[in-house]
Amino acid sequence: MALLGQYAMNGAMLGMMYALVAVGFTLFFGVLDVIQFSHGDVVAAGAFAGLLAYAALSFFGVHAPGVLLLAVILAAALATIVVGVLVARFLVLPIKGAPQLNVLLVTLMMGTVVRECIRLFFPNGSQPQRFPALLPSSGWNLGAFYLRFDNVILLTCGGLLIAATHLLITRTRLGLAIRAVAQDEETARTMGIDFKRVVLVTFALGSVLAAFAGVMDGLYYNEVFFGMGLLLGVIGFAAAILGGLGNLYGAIVGGFLFAALQTVGAVALPFASAYKDVFAFGVVIVLMAVRPTGLIGERVSERV
Amino acid sequence: MRFAAVALIALLSFAARAKETVRIAFIGPLTGGNSAIGLGGRNSADLAVRLRNADAKAKYTYDLVVLDDECKPDAGVQMATKAGSDRTIVGGVTNYCSVVAMAAVDTYHRFGLPVIVWGAVLPDITYKNDFKEVHRVNGTMINQNQTNAKFMSEHGYKNVAIIHDTTDYGKGHDKYFTQFFTQSGGKIAGDFGVTADQQDFTAELTQLKGLKPDALYFGGLTPIGVRIRAQMDKLGLGVQFDGTSGIVNDDFIKALGPNAEGALAFREGAPAEKLAHGKEFLEQYNKQGYTQPPEAYGPFAYAAAVLLMDAIEKAGPDRKKIIAQLSPAHVKDVESIVGKITFDDHGQNTVPVITKYVVQDGKWVMWEDSEYASGKRKLAK
Repeated sequence: MALLGQYAMNGAMLGMMYALVAVGFTLFFGVLDVIQFSHGDVVAAGAFAGLLAYAALSFFGVHAPGVLLLAVILAAALATIVVGVLVARFLVLPIKGAPQLNVLLVTLMMGTVVRECIRLFFPNGSQPQRFPALLPSSGWNLGAFYLRFDNVILLTCGGLLIAATHLLITRTRLGLAIRAVAQDEETARTMGIDFKRVVLVTFALGSVLAAFAGVMDGLYYNEVFFGMGLLLGVIGFAAAILGGLGNLYGAIVGGFLFAALQTVGAVALPFASAYKDVFAFGVVIVLMAVRPTGLIGERVSERV
Repeated sequence: MRFAAVALIALLSFAARAKETVRIAFIGPLTGGNSAIGLGGRNSADLAVRLRNADAKAKYTYDLVVLDDECKPDAGVQMATKAGSDRTIVGGVTNYCSVVAMAAVDTYHRFGLPVIVWGAVLPDITYKNDFKEVHRVNGTMINQNQTNAKFMSEHGYKNVAIIHDTTDYGKGHDKYFTQFFTQSGGKIAGDFGVTADQQDFTAELTQLKGLKPDALYFGGLTPIGVRIRAQMDKLGLGVQFDGTSGIVNDDFIKALGPNAEGALAFREGAPAEKLAHGKEFLEQYNKQGYTQPPEAYGPFAYAAAVLLMDAIEKAGPDRKKIIAQLSPAHVKDVESIVGKITFDDHGQNTVPVITKYVVQDGKWVMWEDSEYASGKRKLAK
């Protein structure tokens, strides 16, 4: 039983990270009908920006974990907003009218640029980097279940962040504008909505979620790696598709479902755990065949 | 006009006196997760070449062609092809990653390029084929796992769980450790194969925790070794971490910080500072001002380069003659900084020395010199 709790906790942590990334994918698709394939690498950029902020502050003798954590999160968010908005403004918006494939390719290449920049310009960037543990590392040992405070804090914050995003989109004027653009760009424009601004804000929003996913990844594993965004991006995208691209709940469900599949693949199946990704992606393929529009598909016509 | 003639004569006479330049290749991982070892190896081979070039008695001037195999089999085969097809390159000091060496040996054989492996430990590299081109100065994982298994049994570990990567390298470690550990009466609690670029190990580790082993054996390289050790801590899994030669490098400790304390690992050969000529090696190395340390396998790369250049001095810069010069008949009890080198019929050095290491205060310390051996600190149970 305790063992089951531990598996659930592991899966929940993974799921939260995937969901945060997937929500970004789904937001971008919602407003612009594009797939921002460098999103995974934006996550990595966020984590490394956080790491830089940490290194800089430590250098100047700041050691209070609270201050450091705040700086790490702010730096990560700032970096991802810059990258995300630049991608939207200079790569995605100019070729909005072109075939979707072009956007996909351009952002895919942009991802490689971001990734390689981290590898080349971050000191010793090809190596895995140690990420500081800024949250209390103690916890309760309940038999086979080791419940750590930092995991609980990260999960809670992730959940709050997603809830806040949801509220922002459903309850505010900005959210209304985003939803309007998602529904029908032309009409939204005629209603006096600044289309470009809404798109940029949406990209900033999705990128902030990515920043948190990156910092969460770093704090959870105490290690970040220049290529960490690659698989995270693919999984986040798969999760968004699985849930139904363009649907916020779908992305969350997809994220947690994928994490659950991976955990089941590693634990409950008779073959070696090396096949857990094969299993998880295999199930995604089957689900896609059965429900091409995703689990929570477009029949809930309100996108984003 | 007269000046030009004088200059020409001077140039010609210089050319006549200058030694013939011979090119040899160095192949290793210079980028990616295992680049620290690769760069240390490259510097060490480079040091051997520099010292030889400074030696007035040497018949040739040597030029080291450095190629990056990225620790990836496809890149490794590409680099092997590049070195093999370039006829000006007469030999190579090649490969740290076993998977890459395994993929590349066919290419070396096809091009008839004599190579001396400086770090890869998979037995099959020398033993699977009968390639006269392939030699190796370091020992194989068979020896190191034998020592490892014996050490673990002697220190009271009876029930060990294994995580290994699913490359030939990790599977080899898994196989030999399991074999020797069960022979000495130990039990394998569980055996998990994971991919070499996996990020999350919490599912495997949780399952492992339920099996209640008294130690975790890890057969793989530094990047995932770091992740597994860090995530053990996250899950409150406090058992002894027992690694292989794949994690004996400074990056392992740098990436883990205090979590690295007490980790065990085993490696062929003895550390440079314990070797007869090791001190000289380190002195010379430091004199050259390389920015990276030689790391664990630097001395092997150095010894391999020296051995190769010795063969060239004797046989001349001809691939076939070099291969003949590297045959067991000629390489017997050859003095080197990693001890005596003797090649068997497969070009494998039969070094018996295995060194045990433990991390103590952020350094890999020889077991015998550590506070763990003296009883001042204790390994995890």
